Amino acid sequence: MDFGGINPVILLASLMVASTPILLAALGEMVVEKSGVLNLGVEGMMIFGAVCGFIAAVETQSPTLGFIAAAAGGALLSMLFGLLTQIFLTTQVPAGLALTLLGTGLASLLGQNYQGMSPPRMPDMNIPLLENIPVIGPVIFQHDAIVYLSLIMVVAIWAVLKFTRVGLILRAVGENHTAAHALGYKVKAVRFAAIGFGGAMAGLGGAYISLVRVPQWTDGITAGIGWIALAIVVFASWRAGRVLIGAYLFGGITVLQLNLQAAGAKVPVELLSMSPFLATILVLVVISARRHGASNAPAMLGRIFHSS
Amino acid sequence: MIKFVKRPEPSKAWTLATPILAVIITMILGGLLFAAMGKDPVAAIRTIFWDPLFNAQFASYSRPQLLVKAAPLILIAIGLSLGFKAGIWNIGAEGQYIIGAITGASVGLALYPLDAWWIFPLMVIAGALGGFLWAMIPALLKTKFNTNEILVSLMLVYVAEQILASAALGFLRNPEGNGFPGSRNMSQIPAMSNPELITGTGAHWGVVAALASVVGAYVLINKHMLGFQIRLTGESPRAARFAGVKDKLLVVFCLGSAGALAGLAGLFEVTGPAGQISIDFGAGYGFTAIIVAFLGRLHPVGILLAGLLLALTFIGGELAQFMLGLPSSAIQVFQGMFLMILLAMDIVVNYRVIIVKKEAA
Repeated sequence: MDFGGINPVILLASLMVASTPILLAALGEMVVEKSGVLNLGVEGMMIFGAVCGFIAAVETQSPTLGFIAAAAGGALLSMLFGLLTQIFLTTQVPAGLALTLLGTGLASLLGQNYQGMSPPRMPDMNIPLLENIPVIGPVIFQHDAIVYLSLIMVVAIWAVLKFTRVGLILRAVGENHTAAHALGYKVKAVRFAAIGFGGAMAGLGGAYISLVRVPQWTDGITAGIGWIALAIVVFASWRAGRVLIGAYLFGGITVLQLNLQAAGAKVPVELLSMSPFLATILVLVVISARRHGASNAPAMLGRIFHSS
Repeated sequence: MIKFVKRPEPSKAWTLATPILAVIITMILGGLLFAAMGKDPVAAIRTIFWDPLFNAQFASYSRPQLLVKAAPLILIAIGLSLGFKAGIWNIGAEGQYIIGAITGASVGLALYPLDAWWIFPLMVIAGALGGFLWAMIPALLKTKFNTNEILVSLMLVYVAEQILASAALGFLRNPEGNGFPGSRNMSQIPAMSNPELITGTGAHWGVVAALASVVGAYVLINKHMLGFQIRLTGESPRAARFAGVKDKLLVVFCLGSAGALAGLAGLFEVTGPAGQISIDFGAGYGFTAIIVAFLGRLHPVGILLAGLLLALTFIGGELAQFMLGLPSSAIQVFQGMFLMILLAMDIVVNYRVIIVKKEAA
């Protein structure tokens, strides 16, 4: 079953691998935004997580420890953003940009001695029985643990936001921080926790790029995926299920254009390389053109909370 | 317990003092960073901030470089500051800079080998127009469809980088370049070059344009109705709407002028210091200019000074790389840290810090 040198089963399986970093980072950012905070530093936290994970995995020869270090690194960096926006009451847009600039610099500084090394291989975790189903088995059930983790997170985040008290408090803080504060919820603590969670998820996503997808360390390895993750949150109108769709859509475009490049399609390479970004713009336009598209945004998104 | 009380309006004294304090704190933290990397912190800081200007051995080379590096930063930051003041976040200046260079160079190279006085001015116009039109994409999507300009302008940076690659490898490649990527060297073609105007100063047409933009922005902000509307929109969008400010027009104006200035910066760079369209032409000026705009407090004169300071960190960083083996990414960390500290210090500008005794609560 080959179409112009492209095998659809391998294509779909690599789609899941390509989508996982975007999915993890976008899910994290969605939780942050649900609490009313806009953190534009996703790209910086991702690349910092990517380098932390890479170094830890190379030094310990354990991919698992690599991913743990990546999550910790991403969360740690995000705390700087928390400190700026929650304690020092800085405007969130420039604070997020600063986080990206700092994260990119730190990653390139830490990673300079690790260029060209190979990380330990992340073992596949095939699901018994299910992996043997023709087509679906190789596409969905023959991946590493992080792919499954990202899918579990989609369901977990959806369930927590919808059914639990924690989710309710998070949404309350994001919809009306003054009211939440009056009810006795610790607005800043909730937001700090959300920012840290977002950082950890972005870090995991970054490490998935440097440990599994590429797998190598090079400067600027995340190449704008963090920004696409931010756009996907808007596309998904802050719903976990739609984040999954968005992430897989963009993973699909990325994989398809890479395959077309490899297959030597008669389309300029540059046009193929820019296609994920063009598609992101197109999707943003379509979403924002529909009137109710943006109305699902958390009401306090980007607002500073200061209790006097 | 420390309490923050919102000031009725930002403190003027702290507005001036915080950038200087931020520089000092960043120097201390940066010194600690360099010490952690096993470098002598005092030597590193001196190499970055002092030697490029005053070291007998390097200053003759470094001093002119200051204006060369500061000109694009100032040009771009002036444009960005207008939008930032009004709460319009154009973070894609890097893309507008690249596109300005490509459109300007394309016009010039299309006329090669014609030699006429009007070619360079025509290229300048084409560069500004290219940047302007590139910025019109997020502007029009914002006004027509309410699409987020932050994300669109940023995505277009990646698109612009691909167009740059395609220009360097394809449609602008030097036909006499033996197949190497990159365009003809425009700094060596008299009709297209942007030369040093006064020998030994580094001042080229971009420096002239940067100074003109500072004056222009100052007049616009302080003496013109449009400048008032920009400030009003930033401080209170609701009040601005009641006052009859056309917010869509403002989006188009702010993004458009920032794009045109970034395009100009790109054109002056490609015809002067860089010389040619190459794959690595985008040097991150568009992103560093964001730091310049904030460090300059979005004020034209402040931006002029901030542009010179950040240009110094670039030149000093290169010198430190050469002299002390300090990696270039260390300077990037330094600049990122700088922006964070600067933003954090805004709290004393906007709030009064009061120490309250525990029992008072």
